[in-house]
Amino acid sequence: MTTPYTERPLAPVTVDAATEHFWTQAKEGLLCTRRCTSCGEVHWYPRALCPFCMGDTEWCSLSGLGTIYSVSVTRRAGPIAYAIAYVALDEGITLLTNIVDCDFDDLKIGQRVEVTFKPAEGGAMVPMFKPA
Amino acid sequence: MTIKRKACIAGAYEHPTRKAPDKTVAQLHAECARGALADAGLTLQDVDGYFCAGDAPGLGANNMADYLGLTKLRHIDTTDTGGSAYLIHVSHAAQAIAAGKCDVALVTLAGRPRSEGSSGVAPRLVTANTPDVPWEMPYSPVTVNMYALAAARHMHEYGTTSEQLAWIKVAAAAHAQHNPNAMLREPVTVEEVLASPMISDPLHKLDCCVVSDGGGALVVVRPEIAARLKRPVVNILGAGETIKGQLGGHVDLTWSGAAISGPIAFKEAGVSPADIQYASIYDSFTITVLMQLEDLGFCKKGEGGRFVADGNLISGVGTLPFNTDGGGLCNNHPANRGGITKVIEAVRQLRGEAHPKVQVPDCTLALAQGTGGLLGSRHGSATLIMERQ
Repeated sequence: MTTPYTERPLAPVTVDAATEHFWTQAKEGLLCTRRCTSCGEVHWYPRALCPFCMGDTEWCSLSGLGTIYSVSVTRRAGPIAYAIAYVALDEGITLLTNIVDCDFDDLKIGQRVEVTFKPAEGGAMVPMFKPA
Repeated sequence: MTIKRKACIAGAYEHPTRKAPDKTVAQLHAECARGALADAGLTLQDVDGYFCAGDAPGLGANNMADYLGLTKLRHIDTTDTGGSAYLIHVSHAAQAIAAGKCDVALVTLAGRPRSEGSSGVAPRLVTANTPDVPWEMPYSPVTVNMYALAAARHMHEYGTTSEQLAWIKVAAAAHAQHNPNAMLREPVTVEEVLASPMISDPLHKLDCCVVSDGGGALVVVRPEIAARLKRPVVNILGAGETIKGQLGGHVDLTWSGAAISGPIAFKEAGVSPADIQYASIYDSFTITVLMQLEDLGFCKKGEGGRFVADGNLISGVGTLPFNTDGGGLCNNHPANRGGITKVIEAVRQLRGEAHPKVQVPDCTLALAQGTGGLLGSRHGSATLIMERQ
C-alpha cells in the first residue's frame, strides 16, 4: 500500500508580536526558536518568557534536523490524507509538524528528517519535515 | 486539610437522550439538574453551590445559574479542563463543603454535539489569543490525531498492539449491550474493531468514542445532609488533579496526567489500586484508557496492552471491571465531555444500582478517572476515589 504525499491548502498563518520574526525567518528558509538569556535553555513553542525559569528570551536558529518522535497518518479528516508528527530536533526540543514529500506508509518513528517549507495562503512559508 | 469523608455524592442523573434536536443545551442542563436533585431527594431551594464548565452556555455560570433559578448561591466554580472538569468539580465541591462555603453543590453538564454536527476529525475550535495555536494549526491537529500520536508512540516504546487496544472497545461493548440507553448496543469482536476504517493511524473508527447529545448532573452534600436522605451514602475519599502539556518542548507522550493526579488521590484516600473494585476510566479513545490504567498503577508502565487483553476489563470476567454503562466508546459522550458519566456509573456501582448483568458484587470502593483536552498535547487529568458507607 502506498499513500503518497499530496499538497493541501494551508490557511494564512497568524502574524502577531509572538510570531512575526519567525515567519520572516521562515521566508528565508530558516527555522528558529527562542533561548533563555538567564538559564540558556531553548524551548518550543517560542515564548517571550522562558517556560523553565521565567527569564527573558531571544531568538536563536535551529539546524532543521531531527528524528520522528511520533507520527500518525490522518486518513479521514478530509479529502487529502496528511501525516501529523512530533519531530525531536537535534537541539533537544520536540515540535508538532507535518511530514511531507514522501510515501506516508513508509514513515517510521526514529526516522531522520529535515526541514522544508510549504507555502500558505497569504505568502507565508510553513516549516514541515521530509525524510533526510 | 483533607476532603476524605467530608462530602458525599447524594444525587446522580444521566440524561437518557442521545439525540436531542428539539431541545436547547440550557434545557438539557436543567433536565439533568432536576433529575439529580430528585434522585437525592433535594430541591432547587437547597442548592447553594453551583459548578459547571465550558459546555454551559453563557458567561461562566452566570447565565445557567439564572436560567436554572439558583437564587441561594454562595459558592461558584467554573473550572474547565475539558471532559475531566466534572471530576474536579466534585473534588472542589468537597473542598468547599469542608471549608463551610456551601452545603449542597450542584454540578451540571449537557450538550448537543450530535445534533450540531460535531466530529473528532473536524478542526478544533480556536479561542482568540490561545498562545499555542499559531504554532500548531497549520499542521491540522484534530481530536483523533492528537490521541493517535500517543498511541503510535506507545506501540513503538512498549510493543502495544491494535489487537490489545481493541479489547478495550470489546469490553465496553460487552457492557453496553445491557444498557437500554446506550447509543451502540451491539457486542463487537477484536476483529471487527480492526476491520473498521482507519481514521488516523493507529486508531480505527471503533477505537473512537461516540458523538452524542445528552448530559448529566451530580449533587454533592455535607455528610450530615446525606445521612438524612433516603439514598445509599457515597463518600468521597480522595481526589487529585493536574494539567500536563508539552513541557516546554520536552514532549513525552508515554505518560498522561493520571500519573500525577492518581497518586495524589490514592494517598488522600489511603487505598491502593489493588483495592479498587470498579473503575470508570475516561474513554475518548481506546488509547486513553490504556495509558490511564498504567498511570494510575493498575499495571506497570508499558504493560497496559497485556492488562486489557482477553476481557480483563469485562465485569464478571476480568480483574478490573470498567465503564459498565458502556462508557464513551458505546454509551454516551455528552457535549464531547465524558467526565460526569464516569462519576455517575461509579455511583451506580457503589449503590448497587448498575445493571444486574454488570453490577460488581458488594462494590464498596470505586475510582473515576478523567482526561480532558488532548492527550497528545495539553490535557487536564482528574482522579476521584469513592466508597459506599
